[in-house]
Amino acid sequence: MTGAAGQRGSGGATAAKSSSVGTGTDSAGAFAAPLPGRTDSLLDVNRIRADFPILRQRVRGKPLIYLDNAATSQKPQAVIDAITRFYTAENANIHRGVHYLSERATAAYDQVREQVTRFINARSAREVIFTKGTTEGINLVAQTFGRTNLKPGDDIVITAMEHHSNIVPWQLVCEQTGATLKAVPINEAGELELAEFERLLTDRTRLVALVHVSNALGTINPVKRLVAIAHAHGIPVLVDGAQAVPHLRVDVQDLDCDFYVFSGHKVYGPTGVGVLYGREALLEKMPPYQGGGDMIATVTLQRSTWAALPAKFEAGTPMIAEVMGLGAALDYFTDLDLGKIAAWEHELLSTATARLKEVPGVRLIGTAKEKAGVLGFVIEGVHPHDIGTILDDQGIAIRAGHHCAQPVMEHFGVPATARASFAFYNTLDEVDALADGILTVKKMFTR
Amino acid sequence: MTRLSALYQDVILDHNRSPLNYRRMENANRRVEGNNPLCGDRLTVWLRMEGGVIADATFQGLGCAISMASASLMTSAVKGKTRAEAEALFNRFRRMITGSGEPAETESLGKLAVFSGVSEFPIKVKCASLSWHAMKAALDEPDAVVSTE
Repeated sequence: MTGAAGQRGSGGATAAKSSSVGTGTDSAGAFAAPLPGRTDSLLDVNRIRADFPILRQRVRGKPLIYLDNAATSQKPQAVIDAITRFYTAENANIHRGVHYLSERATAAYDQVREQVTRFINARSAREVIFTKGTTEGINLVAQTFGRTNLKPGDDIVITAMEHHSNIVPWQLVCEQTGATLKAVPINEAGELELAEFERLLTDRTRLVALVHVSNALGTINPVKRLVAIAHAHGIPVLVDGAQAVPHLRVDVQDLDCDFYVFSGHKVYGPTGVGVLYGREALLEKMPPYQGGGDMIATVTLQRSTWAALPAKFEAGTPMIAEVMGLGAALDYFTDLDLGKIAAWEHELLSTATARLKEVPGVRLIGTAKEKAGVLGFVIEGVHPHDIGTILDDQGIAIRAGHHCAQPVMEHFGVPATARASFAFYNTLDEVDALADGILTVKKMFTR
Repeated sequence: MTRLSALYQDVILDHNRSPLNYRRMENANRRVEGNNPLCGDRLTVWLRMEGGVIADATFQGLGCAISMASASLMTSAVKGKTRAEAEALFNRFRRMITGSGEPAETESLGKLAVFSGVSEFPIKVKCASLSWHAMKAALDEPDAVVSTE
């Protein structure tokens, strides 16, 4: 279960930053040569790309340019191999069998929990619950912490930039308990109105739930500061880290948040597995989310008692193979230099931003000072879906739509946006192709 | 013609830019909202039925070029048609955009044949048919919401 560890060095990031970065004047040749040297300036992208088999393919007769990483990231061979290896040689149910395979699978599963514990710097593995993803993590907290702590007249504070998965679970629990949902507004750049945040917190606020990095805007919220403000009012904080974990170093003790949720598939792991971090004292007090096998201590036909953490929140046979895949993904990811990754992703984002700003009629949606990974935009007179379709014809995968963030779309007065989102395996040539593709879109629609 | 230029034909782009019948109809007796929840497209179709005939058809809304142009040409095409004729036209149109129609049938669709390229883009079938679904629902129910999902 050690994934790609040791298969790759820290990359040949020795060359000085190339002077040709972002000029994009050689667009005609963008596809002619395999990635030229300028992409090596911060990170050895060519070597990294070789780890991702899906990136080798052509779509619509063109090399695939995958810029939909905020929807889901691609998987390195190490992750694919870990899942294959598990089903080929290691498959067994966990926490049940006395036989060899079950013992091994159990140990491997528990080992990944230890790995996640280190990855987010939780205090202990008892604070790490495997879920099927960010959405389930939030629903779990809403239906356990929320249902037991909310009364009529209480409120929950979210923000106007949340993904639907950090809105709807709270609406459901508000309906069930009579509590009220409030949202911190955002400004024109797509940043939280911090003064409003503190104003919304009252002695009836039972929880703050907010996104670390916005999936529609790319905004990085000052989570540590916001947690400190909420804690000063005695209010616990849940952080939706789905878009943050692939880009930022996340330390739950440093953030001091009470719950942190993320998905495996956005951090180069498989779909169907995610993580809920919860402060142990809170998790202890919360009732179980689902009942079933593995989450009990004893069961009689009259009543049952619950297993200790973290098993209390993991009813039934979990997604064992996916957890193995997640372990391989975190091995792969932590083996890269996160500082270099962040610098490279910043380079991609700032180059793309600069290129798009040059195009008349393009409006960027989400211009926060602190951003990660996401470039949202609209083109005057062209619906984002048409942008998506025309780029797709050039082999470029972006997302077009409301990004499960309809309140954000409403705030900016657009029905939808186009969104390019980056990962460390993207190149500046791909950024050029995106910018050229956008010029093609404009040409088609203004002919 | 490439696959893409067969989809985004000049006629479609023109109708997207300046759609026909793009207005709220004050004296309508049928009004239906059409939603495509996955992509967020949303439009309203108004009809005025007079003696079993569609006397007027208009629409308003937001969507991709295909859905806008389709609503523009649909509202033009169904004007003056009986309910049965409009439904039959939708059936032929639907066969064309899903690629299950005969070439002769496509030709018989006249201006609507410009959407034949949609059959190469399965994801665009919903866009091209949203206003048609709304029109058909308006024939059945005077006030309704339809969804492509």
